[in-house]
Amino acid sequence: MTVSPATISAVRFGYGFRADEHTPADAVGLLDRLAQADETPLNIAPWNLVRSQSELRTARLLLRDRRNGKDGADAAYKKQVKKSRSQGVVVAKSVFGRAIYGRDGFRERLVMFWRDHFTTEAKVAVNFAYAGDYIDGAIRPNITGRFSDLLRAAITHPAMLAYLDQTMSAGTDSRRAKSGKGGLNENLARELLELHTLGVDGAYGQADVRQLAQLMAGMRFVHNGLEMHPGMAQPGSKSVLGREYSGAQPSLDDVFAFLDDVALHPDTARHLARKLVVHFITDTPDQRHIDYVCEHYLATAGDLMETYSALLDHPSAWMDFGQKVKQPFDLIVSGMRALDLAQAVLEGADRRAMRRYLLGPMLVMGQEFLRPGGPDGWPEEAAAWITPQGLAGRVQWATDAAQSFGADRDPRGFLATALADAAGPGLRFAVSGAASRQDALTLILASPEFNRR
Amino acid sequence: MTMAEPRLIDPDRRKFLLKSLVLGCSAAASPLITPVSFASAPWDNRLVVIILRGAMDGLDLLRPVEDPLLAGYRPDMQTDGQVPLAAGFALHPALASLQPMWQDGELAFAHAVSTPYRDKRSHFDGQDLLEAGHQTMHDYASTGRSGWLNRMLTLVPGATARTAFSVGQEDMVLLNGTAPISSWAPGQGLSMSDQGLELLQMMYEDDPLFHAAASDAIALTSMQSGSAGAGMADGDGEMMDMGEAIAAANQGRRAKELAGFAATQLNADSRIAAFSIGGFDTHRAQNRALPRALTQLAQALISLKDTLGVNWDSTAVLCLTEFGRTVRQNGTQGTDHGTGGAMIMAGGAVRGGTIYGHWPGLTEAELYQGRDLLPTMDVRGFAGHAMQDLFGFTRGDLERIIFPGLDLSDGQKFIL
Repeated sequence: MTVSPATISAVRFGYGFRADEHTPADAVGLLDRLAQADETPLNIAPWNLVRSQSELRTARLLLRDRRNGKDGADAAYKKQVKKSRSQGVVVAKSVFGRAIYGRDGFRERLVMFWRDHFTTEAKVAVNFAYAGDYIDGAIRPNITGRFSDLLRAAITHPAMLAYLDQTMSAGTDSRRAKSGKGGLNENLARELLELHTLGVDGAYGQADVRQLAQLMAGMRFVHNGLEMHPGMAQPGSKSVLGREYSGAQPSLDDVFAFLDDVALHPDTARHLARKLVVHFITDTPDQRHIDYVCEHYLATAGDLMETYSALLDHPSAWMDFGQKVKQPFDLIVSGMRALDLAQAVLEGADRRAMRRYLLGPMLVMGQEFLRPGGPDGWPEEAAAWITPQGLAGRVQWATDAAQSFGADRDPRGFLATALADAAGPGLRFAVSGAASRQDALTLILASPEFNRR
Repeated sequence: MTMAEPRLIDPDRRKFLLKSLVLGCSAAASPLITPVSFASAPWDNRLVVIILRGAMDGLDLLRPVEDPLLAGYRPDMQTDGQVPLAAGFALHPALASLQPMWQDGELAFAHAVSTPYRDKRSHFDGQDLLEAGHQTMHDYASTGRSGWLNRMLTLVPGATARTAFSVGQEDMVLLNGTAPISSWAPGQGLSMSDQGLELLQMMYEDDPLFHAAASDAIALTSMQSGSAGAGMADGDGEMMDMGEAIAAANQGRRAKELAGFAATQLNADSRIAAFSIGGFDTHRAQNRALPRALTQLAQALISLKDTLGVNWDSTAVLCLTEFGRTVRQNGTQGTDHGTGGAMIMAGGAVRGGTIYGHWPGLTEAELYQGRDLLPTMDVRGFAGHAMQDLFGFTRGDLERIIFPGLDLSDGQKFIL
């Protein structure tokens, strides 16, 4: 289907139309806006890093008290865990809020793209404390700079170090390992090469994973920041991807040097280029488009603005609307934008309302909020989402959203707001034939056009 | 409730098939959208895997009542109503309703078993490893994150997407992988008016992916056991509360419904089904919390038996959990994360009335790290034997592909 660049811009590169919101209709406009300061006013603030650290310190002390059998420590610890867990709802409100009300849809989409690229989950409930700062502190401020900076921020964030078991990893010849109190953990090293940089087909082997794990051993986050723990670090030189990293003493600088190197590896460029094209444009990408993005990335030393520019500045970016299916989060966000959910309603929502209207429907559609279940993030292909179960969840959400938020909307007006020129004849016919306003709104939200981009 | 009228489905599916032949497009070729299959299943035997999430306390489930140490470790254990089984063990009172199954030789247990997962005692990793069937988390992560039931399916020549069913809202690692499977959460419906639904179908006709999924969803909705089409409301659009439904699912209150739906599928073209029951993470007030979860489990097993009818005779059910719990109760009348646990086997295909495994004993020296029941056999060994005897897999396939690194002798035969 041929639709206008304005529609492609809003739907494919943003979270869809919202009444009275201006969307740039071309690559230049999208990039200009992204180059401006990041401003998304929202009266919801998840814990920052300092606060997270302090809450977790409290939790650790209470845990120690509990182990020592101190009176009341158990209840106090549980309360503290609950406090951390409640961050889950705050983070959900903040993430939904930014996506729904952010005026720069492309920026919001990029934040979620990179959040998924660098997936972390709280494996223990207290680590919910980090969920907000991981997005707002590590990902968001770094999506328009160089990939090496984003990589460093994500990999060294305590949420990532905890999620991929880096926190306890000690070099095989470290004092810690020799005293029999620990050893090497390869988890972060492996995912860093396989998922975050080179890609699974990249030029690395098990020896590189092992050496990178040795290089990073001892890197951990303590109350005053990132450190290289001398007793856990692996002494001596390490060779990763054919290069030696051998500072006089094991140090974070060696890790950073490796991250800077791997960020500019051609396999990293290819892997990231492919992921961007697949995420934003099509499940079956044109290799020439990938190459074009890849070349720009390498020519500009991993400058992400230049990379996005290549992503957008290619004919296939603006053709063949509807090749991608919106993931459940994106579908609900675009639905709330089209239905014009009031910001105060979201900001005032309690846990139950969040579950009822946003998180629950996502789960039924097959996407547990920020929990893809593995460090490889969510699947991209349309067929992974439009299963019988997934589609039934979408139709059910459409019914519910139309009923709860559709109120007195005129279906024809809503069709124009939600889809502009993307509505096909089948959908227009169905809307005109619907017996009730409720059915018509449901059909629009459940339509292939609204579920695709 | 006229939504399930076959006229809505059959001509449309024919049209869909024709369209996909004409288009030959990648979406239509995807195994994930294989429409309801009418091919015959590869075997007659059936396997159900129930994941008991949260780490079920095997020692409370299957109590070594003749061991004098037990009362010291578990002073608050509720012994009223427990069911004496065999060889010094008694069954938790909340499973008393399963006594007839035990007496008929359709219920068995394996005690002091575990996956190879050790020491970190994280639910997250423990469940992943249980469902992955690998030796270590490293093996799981470095080999594409597939589940053992899915790897098994890749070895079955005649398997279709309907051969295995994942039941419930959770994404189960157990069935993740390259082999196509089906999934559905019973209770879910399409709450539109009949006319709205017809318009929906019509609207999807030009989109093969949406059309096939919607046709399947409508067919599945009509196959739901009990209140057929629960959740499908009439024109007034009354909805179930999604949050409530999820809370219920998480707490396993719908276990009976999941089991009934699984059995319905197994009576049709499916031969493998998997679902989860939660609520086993009993850190406090175990005497209140565990019976709730076990009651769900008992109801699920009874529902499977009742709904399967004659097919129960060719069915084996395996109930597995990520690890056991501490031998000593903690300071809040509960137990913490441990290591060795228990598994439950049920079904007409099971050689029941037996407690399998090797009992390690409860003295301090016999415990794992002085705190947990020592695992003496691998749950994968039992699951491996079940697949060998039910479906005829070779030892080589079991030890290399389905459970890489497993020694099958680290489990016992228990299928008739």
